Amino acid sequence: MTAALEIQDLNKSFGALAVARDINLTLPKGARHALIGPNGAGKTTLVNLITGVLQPSAGRVLLDGQDITALPQAARTRRGIARTFQINQLFRGLTVLENLYLAVAERMRASGRLWVPAGAEREVIDQALAQLEALRLADDALKPVRELPYGRQRLVEIAIALALHPRVLLLDEPAAGVPSSESHLILDVIGALDPDIAILIIEHDMDVVFRFAHRITVLVAGAVLTEASPPEILADPRVRAVYLGEEAGGRHG
Amino acid sequence: MTDALATSSAAPDASSASARARAVAYLAERHRLQIWEALPWGLALAAFWLFPDRLTFGSQVLVMVLFALSLDLILGFAGIVTLGQAAYFGVGAYTVGLLAAHLNWGEPISGLFAAAAVAGAVGSATGFVLLRYRGLTLLVLTLATAIMLQELGNLFPRLTGGYDGLPGLVFAPLFGVFDYDLYGRVNYLYVLGVLFVLFWLVRRIVYSPFGQTLAGIRENVGRMHAIGSPVRLRLVVVYTIAAAISGVAGALFTQTNAYVTLGVFDFDNSAGVMVMLILGGTGRLYGAFVGAVIYMVLQDYLSKESQQYWHFGIGLLLVLTVLFARRGLLGLFEDAGAFLRRNPKP
Repeated sequence: MTAALEIQDLNKSFGALAVARDINLTLPKGARHALIGPNGAGKTTLVNLITGVLQPSAGRVLLDGQDITALPQAARTRRGIARTFQINQLFRGLTVLENLYLAVAERMRASGRLWVPAGAEREVIDQALAQLEALRLADDALKPVRELPYGRQRLVEIAIALALHPRVLLLDEPAAGVPSSESHLILDVIGALDPDIAILIIEHDMDVVFRFAHRITVLVAGAVLTEASPPEILADPRVRAVYLGEEAGGRHG
Repeated sequence: MTDALATSSAAPDASSASARARAVAYLAERHRLQIWEALPWGLALAAFWLFPDRLTFGSQVLVMVLFALSLDLILGFAGIVTLGQAAYFGVGAYTVGLLAAHLNWGEPISGLFAAAAVAGAVGSATGFVLLRYRGLTLLVLTLATAIMLQELGNLFPRLTGGYDGLPGLVFAPLFGVFDYDLYGRVNYLYVLGVLFVLFWLVRRIVYSPFGQTLAGIRENVGRMHAIGSPVRLRLVVVYTIAAAISGVAGALFTQTNAYVTLGVFDFDNSAGVMVMLILGGTGRLYGAFVGAVIYMVLQDYLSKESQQYWHFGIGLLLVLTVLFARRGLLGLFEDAGAFLRRNPKP
């Protein structure tokens, strides 16, 4: 069976600075894969390489066995890769419903229509609302996103990605900045996601990682240090060294 | 109260069902015509009866309303910052001018279609290149586009008349019946009619799913890429439409004045229309009306008071608007309305 997402020998350099070095990663269908590593290890860079925000210097990205390395970001999304951002990337001046409407309309290829009122696309509206209801955001549908508390904005961030019905979902620190009293809402949502979606999650909170992930990749200085199951990662002295090293005050570019 | 609803979302049923109904109604209703929307059109018709001797000036105001509307479509709705919209106004103006001067093609309505087609084609070709860029780079490149088109006209004086332009153009009567009268009555109604049709077109586009994606691009272009939107295609499409409408405005300018000079490409023209839009309020359709009327009336009044210093009055108003009414005069009205609704008189 072909993997949902496969990354082969991916490299990216900015001049002399190598931010991704010979990265290999395979997500089978329904994968629950965590990407961990110290700050500056290149985790978000890897997400940017997979989604097409950045073009790799070398290597390939395969989606369902098809090479998508040359495709721009939007085309990759239309083929089934969605992501959330570490720092919210929302349409802040628009209502929550409109935020979702945009995503659903793109997926349903309705967004190029010039001559019908947006309100007449009932199927788009219904699906946008259904997505909001699934995340218990429906009561906020008509509020401008920027007026929501941060934790709920974080849910909208995830809702937009889910509204694209992705086969591969990349979650970049989904609970970042959310007070711990609210973070369980986000973790519940992530825990209940469709088991067919292949998910790569970047997360600093080790409790979340070990609760959620079946496989863990440790990234250090742009290269894969190791990939293993959660218990093996816990027992790996190299991983401990990397994290303890950082906590002892070491800085990693 | 809304907070209580938000936290009680564990119990869906009634509250959720009504929230759903309200949300559907909001999107389904917002493109419906509001009663107050009749106001600007009523005023424009009233002006026809109230100022019978100022209708030539009135036509110029309506032309600028249309021009400002085209800028609103790309600046206010799609967030494309440009200082070169006069390029397409000028292309439209010269399209009908050249057709009338050299091919004896003075039929006004077909002239408008020709102007829209040529300006749209130029908009599409230039937009394809320009819209790779954003911010300051885009600003300077749009400015350069208008200057280059102006110099192109200057390069062929036998065709375009150079800086002297094309004077004394002759246009056929409207629909072959209504000839142009001394008081500009036909012209005024002609321009008003064209403005009405194109305004309706822009209004439809703004409230369409396409219009919604323009708002998305304005609010967060990065996320639009991430949700799979072909951003550049969308921008080129809206830029082309705006260029075509600017072209029609330019064509009306030439037809109502019966002459055209290369001054239509001037930076003053691009900047002036942007000032109008900022005064009236960007991204709200009727801002073009309010801004163009205020700017043109103020300019008319001030330039009679002082030939040299009328810019000062406009400049002062612009500074005050930017300082105290960032969303323009219409934004000020909206804020006042919202304030009154929140604090009703006891």
